[in-house]
Amino acid sequence: MNPLSPQARQRLLSAAALIGFFLMWELICRATSVSDLVLPRPTQIAHVLWTKWPLLWPHTVQTLYTTIAGFALGVGLGIVIGVIIGSSKFAYDVAYPLLVGFSGIPKVAVVPLFVVWFGAGTVPAVLTSMVISIFPVVVNVATGLANTEPELEDVLRVLGAKKLDILWNVSLPRALPYLFASLKIAITLAFVGTVLSETVAANKGIGNVMIIASGNFDVPMVFAGLVILAVMGVMLYAVSAFVEGRLTGWSQRKDASASVVMA
Amino acid sequence: MADPFIELSEVTLQYGGGTLALAQTDLRIPQGDFVALVGPSGCGKSTILKLVGGLLKPSSGAVVVAKREVAMAGSGAGAGAVGVTAKVRIGLAFQNPTMLPWLTIRENVMIPLKIVEPFRKDWARKKKGEFAERADALLAQVGLQGFGDKRPWQLSGGMLQRASLCRALVHEPQLLLLDEPFGALDQFTREELWDVLQTLWMKQRPTVLLVTHDLRESAYLANRIAVMSARPGRILEEREVAFARPRTLETSYSPAFATLVQQLRMRIAHARTPAQGDAPEPVGSTPVPVKAAA
Repeated sequence: MNPLSPQARQRLLSAAALIGFFLMWELICRATSVSDLVLPRPTQIAHVLWTKWPLLWPHTVQTLYTTIAGFALGVGLGIVIGVIIGSSKFAYDVAYPLLVGFSGIPKVAVVPLFVVWFGAGTVPAVLTSMVISIFPVVVNVATGLANTEPELEDVLRVLGAKKLDILWNVSLPRALPYLFASLKIAITLAFVGTVLSETVAANKGIGNVMIIASGNFDVPMVFAGLVILAVMGVMLYAVSAFVEGRLTGWSQRKDASASVVMA
Repeated sequence: MADPFIELSEVTLQYGGGTLALAQTDLRIPQGDFVALVGPSGCGKSTILKLVGGLLKPSSGAVVVAKREVAMAGSGAGAGAVGVTAKVRIGLAFQNPTMLPWLTIRENVMIPLKIVEPFRKDWARKKKGEFAERADALLAQVGLQGFGDKRPWQLSGGMLQRASLCRALVHEPQLLLLDEPFGALDQFTREELWDVLQTLWMKQRPTVLLVTHDLRESAYLANRIAVMSARPGRILEEREVAFARPRTLETSYSPAFATLVQQLRMRIAHARTPAQGDAPEPVGSTPVPVKAAA
């Protein structure tokens, strides 16, 4: 590939912007000699990450594992609920007020409840992460399913297709891009849920590390936690974006090599 | 016409919103015939098509296809609860080709084979290769040779409509329902596809019901043209079209053809403005004593 193709240039600029951001941060901190209790320099954060890594690693694994568990549960449940709601107008009308009500609850508010029910630790974190990632999935899957063209449905119904035939052959594949769009939102929300719960009631996880560090005024450590969260978030986002590209390339119309969903 | 393949007797259809789409419509179509429905916009042409396909139920009257009642008037809930499709194979194509974007053209054309018996059980038995050949053969007939592996977005509107015709015919339906299939195409493509459709019809000989706005199209393709009145629709007149087949572009520029089209045009012009003494079109507030379909 030509190294100066528009794509390569865009990547180069993205990397430059990232490096430039940290460079500016470093320079401003040094120029204004702001206290590291307020805003530590990137090099200080990097130093903490490097020296405290053996201590941070188990917490990172804990947070990652909790987030993925909550995300998986949330997506699984979200797809089931979304399919039920989206494939029947009746179910949609019945469940919609309930759904809006639930999604209106700030998820922070449910953490103490989960702690009361299950005690402090991993379970409330997984549940918070699950609860927070369900709604975008439900809404998107239901919307995607409801979007089947009526004409196409007629074409299939005239053939004698059952509701399940239409769902399997048309509606579900059609809803896939909607599902993946929601996965990218859900994965970042799942992190929010996990860290939220970890800061409130846990003795492990990056959220826990950050709340303790901030209690000790160890601001560089707090920032180190933020960096770890950001990196994990980007990685999981990239994974969902990759899977999306493989499964729903047809909806992006980039090239002819888009893969096939239904065999 | 002793034993019509399709028979509508005194069919009335009122939509849920109160719109009276069809009033006391009668239509008989023998097996293997090619009938075009023409009429002013909104006269219920598409409604007739959907009734015959079993997608709608009449508010009153009966729709019979192959001696089986498609749906009884006012028979309970459950839109689309039809029995006819199990016995009669039907193909349907709309103005919008509605190809599934994640499938290739060949896979799109094969969809009916995946759903309609007896092909459905063969699909399960891995006869897909055979079906793919069948789809390719059909695609070749409509001039899409070599396009089976393409995706829908790589084809033009005219090509997609050819593929849509293939999808409607791949399971060799006894009944082909076409709702303005060429409405979105340019004149040249349209006339080309008339020939494609004529050839396919002469080969497979399904009974065809074609809804169209294009009077030349109806005259070119149909054996018989049913002219409908403005809403609520009724069949005003049925015209036999006697031109020899296969009809060609020359046929469509013959004086007899022009006369026929002109007569049809005048008939529809009169249909738009109801003659004195005719019942006025129902408006929203007018109570209509017909049970709603939905």
